[in-house]
Amino acid sequence: MTLTTVRPQLSPKVRLRFDRQTGRHLLLYPETGLELNDTATAIARLCTGEWTIDGMVDHLTRAYDNVSPDEIRREVCRFLDVLADRGLLQRLS
Amino acid sequence: MNNEHRPYTLIAELTYRCPLRCPYCSNPRDFAKHENEIDTDTWLRVFHEAEALGVVQLNLTGGEPLLRDDLEPLIEGAGKLDLYTNLITSGIPLTFERLSRLRSLGLDNVQVSIQSTRSSLSDRIAGAPSFSRKLDAMHWVTSLGLPLTINVVLHRENISEIEELIDLAERVSADRLELANTQYLGWALKNRAALLPTREQIERARTVAAEAKARLCGQMEVLFVTPDYYSEYPKSCMEGWGRRFIVVNPEGLALPCHLAHTIPGLRFEHVTQRRLADIWHHSAGFNRFRGEDWLPDPCRTCDRRTIDFGGCRCQTFHVMGDAGMTDPACSLAPGHGHIESARTQASRTTGTSVRFDYRTARGYASR
Repeated sequence: MTLTTVRPQLSPKVRLRFDRQTGRHLLLYPETGLELNDTATAIARLCTGEWTIDGMVDHLTRAYDNVSPDEIRREVCRFLDVLADRGLLQRLS
Repeated sequence: MNNEHRPYTLIAELTYRCPLRCPYCSNPRDFAKHENEIDTDTWLRVFHEAEALGVVQLNLTGGEPLLRDDLEPLIEGAGKLDLYTNLITSGIPLTFERLSRLRSLGLDNVQVSIQSTRSSLSDRIAGAPSFSRKLDAMHWVTSLGLPLTINVVLHRENISEIEELIDLAERVSADRLELANTQYLGWALKNRAALLPTREQIERARTVAAEAKARLCGQMEVLFVTPDYYSEYPKSCMEGWGRRFIVVNPEGLALPCHLAHTIPGLRFEHVTQRRLADIWHHSAGFNRFRGEDWLPDPCRTCDRRTIDFGGCRCQTFHVMGDAGMTDPACSLAPGHGHIESARTQASRTTGTSVRFDYRTARGYASR
């Protein structure tokens, strides 16, 4: 997940859902789900197939002005790896 | 809200009726005595109450859920509650048109079971001609862009086909392949001698599945569920009693697992008589094996008690006659000898032909 041209997109089997019980978001997929923190939720919302990773980092750096771009890039790549390993990103054709 | 006991998944057993007769069916042995089914409005209310309680995943299962002619309003209702809806089916009786309709109403995922990659064996295990229609169903699922899970219950008759099963799942572009060794309860316990694989069969299958899982990472999820008869420790059954799952059976009985009501002495309640939240929090049956107070020795002081919660209560009852003991699948359990002798028997009967006691309503006359 280091290619700067990749535009990550959530797999169609994935659904992002607000969880009233915890006030957090859940990423649901067959049989299970991931509970997301605010950063992960923000990243997941950008996985629409329109944003490059650089674009995501720029966008999130503006939203979280107390966090360095390097740290945000690490977070984005780490979370995208989590998604990719679980097959939650659209396969590259 | 105590998150330690929060249901995430509602398993809605819509009916015990089924066109197949698998000898490891997870329905109770006396399913035919329970032919009443709660109606559409009651199910919709249950979905609503479950969602309010924290449920986000809905498994529509049976029996064969496609035999309910109200699947359409049920899936539509679940969609309005934003539940992730999974249809667990044999694939029969399904048509492309109905599946297409269910998808447009909000169905999220379809799980189709297959019994073998070989038509004749698949039909023999299912106890009915079904294989070619299952293949059709799987193709319809993927052609509609729905995610497909393939579920295979593994046992000594089909476990040697593990490569072919993985190959089939890849060919039909499944998202997830569940290779689930038989859980020896109910019908499967009755057929245990015919179904239990040998240790060598298990080890080989586990190795092949692990290779496939690594190779297909990110493309297709490969899940290998080890049989607890060959594990050192028991399963974390249902992730703990009354902790993450609610099962509602066709009659409306709310349960911690599919077979909890087969344990004598436990009291469970119907969704028609009490709100689901009350049942979940306060019913005697749901509280009976929650937490650690009930734990027997050696679980009481075992480091794994927060991992496996003492194992499966139904298995313990049906093997030991007492649901309050340690699951005999655990190598530390006083009753582990029962499991060891079943393994010994399995190793001695390699190569001999087997006869299944198929799921049947016989003995339980219809009312």
